[in-house]
Amino acid sequence: MNTPLRRLAAVVIVMFVALMGSATWVQYVQAPALNNDNRNVRTLYREFDHPRGPIVVGDKAVASSTPVDDSFGYLRSYADGPTYAPATGYFSVIYGASGIEKAMNTELNGTADSLFYSRVRDLITGKQPEGASVELTIVPAVQKAAWDALGSQTGAVVALDPRTGAILAMVSKPSYDPNQLASHDTAAVRQAWDTLNADPTHPLVNRAIAGDTYPPGSTFKIVTAAAALESGLTPDTPIAAPDQLPLPQSSAVLGNYGGESCSPTGAQTLADALRISCNTAFGQLGLNLGADALRKQAEAFGFDTPLQIPLRVTQSRFPPDGQIDPPQTAMSAIGQYDVRVTPLQVAMITATIADDGRRMAPYLVKAVRNQDLTVVDTTQPHSLGRAISSRTAAQLTAMMTEVVQSGTGTAAQIPGVAVAGKTGTAQTTSDAPPHAWFTAFAPADNPTVAVAVVVEHGGDLGNEATGGRIAAPIAKAVIQAALGARS
Amino acid sequence: MATVAAHQVRPGRGTELWLLVLALLVGLGAYAIVGLATADALPPELPWHAAVLVGLALGLHVVLRWRAPWADQVLLPATVALNGLGLAEIHRIDLAYAARDRITDFGGRQLGWTALGMVLAAAVLIGLRDHRTLRRYTYTAMVVALALMVLPLVPGLGTQINGARIWIRLFGSSFQPAEVGKIALAVFFAGYLVTNRDTLALAGPKVLGLQLPRVRDLGPILLAWLASLAVLVFERDLGTSLLFFGLFVAMLYLATERLSWVVIGLLLFAGGATVAATSLGHVHARFVAWLHAFDPAVFNASPGGSGQLVRGLFGLASGGLFGTGLGQGRPDLVPFAESDFIVSSIGEELGLTGLLAILVLYLVMTERGLRTAVGVRDGFGKLFAGGMAVVVALQCFVVVGGVTRLIPLTGLTMPFLAYGGSSLLANWVIIALLLRISDSARRPAPAPEEPPGPTPHAGSRTVPANADQATERIDVGPVRGGAA
Repeated sequence: MNTPLRRLAAVVIVMFVALMGSATWVQYVQAPALNNDNRNVRTLYREFDHPRGPIVVGDKAVASSTPVDDSFGYLRSYADGPTYAPATGYFSVIYGASGIEKAMNTELNGTADSLFYSRVRDLITGKQPEGASVELTIVPAVQKAAWDALGSQTGAVVALDPRTGAILAMVSKPSYDPNQLASHDTAAVRQAWDTLNADPTHPLVNRAIAGDTYPPGSTFKIVTAAAALESGLTPDTPIAAPDQLPLPQSSAVLGNYGGESCSPTGAQTLADALRISCNTAFGQLGLNLGADALRKQAEAFGFDTPLQIPLRVTQSRFPPDGQIDPPQTAMSAIGQYDVRVTPLQVAMITATIADDGRRMAPYLVKAVRNQDLTVVDTTQPHSLGRAISSRTAAQLTAMMTEVVQSGTGTAAQIPGVAVAGKTGTAQTTSDAPPHAWFTAFAPADNPTVAVAVVVEHGGDLGNEATGGRIAAPIAKAVIQAALGARS
Repeated sequence: MATVAAHQVRPGRGTELWLLVLALLVGLGAYAIVGLATADALPPELPWHAAVLVGLALGLHVVLRWRAPWADQVLLPATVALNGLGLAEIHRIDLAYAARDRITDFGGRQLGWTALGMVLAAAVLIGLRDHRTLRRYTYTAMVVALALMVLPLVPGLGTQINGARIWIRLFGSSFQPAEVGKIALAVFFAGYLVTNRDTLALAGPKVLGLQLPRVRDLGPILLAWLASLAVLVFERDLGTSLLFFGLFVAMLYLATERLSWVVIGLLLFAGGATVAATSLGHVHARFVAWLHAFDPAVFNASPGGSGQLVRGLFGLASGGLFGTGLGQGRPDLVPFAESDFIVSSIGEELGLTGLLAILVLYLVMTERGLRTAVGVRDGFGKLFAGGMAVVVALQCFVVVGGVTRLIPLTGLTMPFLAYGGSSLLANWVIIALLLRISDSARRPAPAPEEPPGPTPHAGSRTVPANADQATERIDVGPVRGGAA
């Protein structure tokens, strides 16, 4: 009976090898797919099972995990939730994550490759693994100023440090409270989610970077002016500024704001045209330069280019080749027709001029730190390339300073500080009040802050609104806060 | 080969003691880690727990030194390690349930059953001096096995739990008679087959190069098949049915050395499985849950869906290569984490590494059982030891294969790891019996006592001399060579 016993022993080995094989299959080969199965509550529980790293602004955590006595273990809570919601996003048991919570998820939950060594250390020391903290570039005072200045109006504010690209403020209104979505009371979360999504003002949308992009209106004249200067014009070059500009190939006529006249002579310098934001002058300038030159300049400033900060930014758009004729080119030159921008893009244009023509990549994450506060990763500021020459940047700076000193942007004047800016009043539909824009940087001789403000549909002033009247004071408040925070 | 020489084998009880210390360290260490991971402190009941486990393990060791000094030295430590790990994980699952306000004491009760099981094992080792005694009870064992199999069907006594009618209620607690039944069956099969092996091995017609048995000898295998089908139909217990039939076919093959029996067995099994899968609702559901586990409709079906199986797979997957660590997973997210799905609980917290180590322990245990069968001199002992090793191996295969979706999920318990009193008692008795047989397998045979002839002597009156004689001549050599 020993021969069959030995054969049986071999069969038993084969059986166990099969078991080992299937265990390996499940736990190693198939494991990633199983862990990502949406029916697997385990992955979700694990996200909540150990403390997630905080999101830090200044020296204060605006998002943090606190231990709670329920099946999840940790509750995500947000200080000043609505103010910082466009940056932090939410972290929900039911609806996943958004904002930094999503973009920096692996760092916050501790599974990022960069945290490998701290995981190994936790394993050896038996310490409970914790996520890393993510420190944002946002400056609380600037964020607060932007939030307060925008008041109850619908719109967005973005402030950048033009020297680095660091985002100092990012406000979108109306906002929402991420605490509502982070609650462990799933019924309440569902209800809050439905309410927020049904809200016609779309509070969940981050208007600063990812909303339905806006027509830039006259703020786009900076781009047109930049293209003109790059093509060889100077600020003192006289250009045509008729009271009305008949558009070629059509019966349409382009007029100025309120039907005003730009110049009694029908011509003015490029600098003056920008200062008073003359539509007909820039319309004609656009026709002279052509759509290709405008598009090339816009793309140099970052239009039609994907961008992550690390949140995904909606691309700003200049009408593509073949989809634009001369009258549309004239309209595009003053920021109408199909030109669409995010407030971040407008701030990036201003920041580029402020930083001598170099376009710095905007970023929201300053550093990632371990729970013992050692720095795991810092964002190194880097240039995305030169958008305009140094000379053009200096000329535009001078021209934009005049806008604030004696042009459409006087409301942004700050005593003792030279502010360079540009207003915009963007028509949307004929029956709705226009969007009010203002973008600026300061101090003009040594810029440390660049800002873009948009107030939807005229804000509190409605049809009376212009960028200079409603958006410029907000930009002023943000610049003052930024300069104050620095000193 | 045929020469009977003095063995150079040492009893090996010292080796056993060291391995036992190691095994206890594994089990108790795991228990301590569970406390440290969940409450940052050693479990308050750890001294008690340790005292019981260490006391009983050392007690068994002493019993072995006294009553079975030549017994296999790896079986006891391997069993203690598995039992200890099982206790730690079951306690951990108690804690996980408690965290969700479900108060259970599976751990405490399992320790009680462990103690009872080890005492029972000691009693077997002390009371049963020679395993051949069991052969006298061949037909008694058959009656007992049949009775135990039918017991759950007796109205008032049997209870149906989770769809299967394999439990009886006694003294307020439920008991699975089939667990004990498998030992009785192994006794019966061994006694019956050792007597009838010559008849069953007789050559019949030859088909396709396979020497078939005679048609008139097909009776016993058909009977065993029908009995397992009866278990499947009336008690709705797929696992036990599979275990009984697998055991019978394996032992039939061991006794006759005829591969044709295995082929016939597999054909009968395939036929039975096909019929059962198509006509029996609960078996069909198991097959569907196995083949289409991730289909949303199958996943959400209840009862009979694949929800439990897939949740077990999620648990295993979340363990990955190295596991979450004891006390740091969420085994409570799988239904029956402490019993049917203890393997996925352990796979989650100890990872693939831990699970493979445990499988190797079981493999060592089974192979030691088979080694004992090879070594022992009498045919009954060979069949009995081989059968019990097969029982352990089959249970592992059916349970782990089911949980890892290698085969359809059935309702067997993982020996020594899973929560369950009857299973623990029965498996400790199996280990005791294997230890007993291994003692006589490894004991140096005093040549004069075992003359190679038909000399009748007490204790082996019923043994046909020719049967033993045939095996003895072959066996003595390998014992010496293999166990040195």
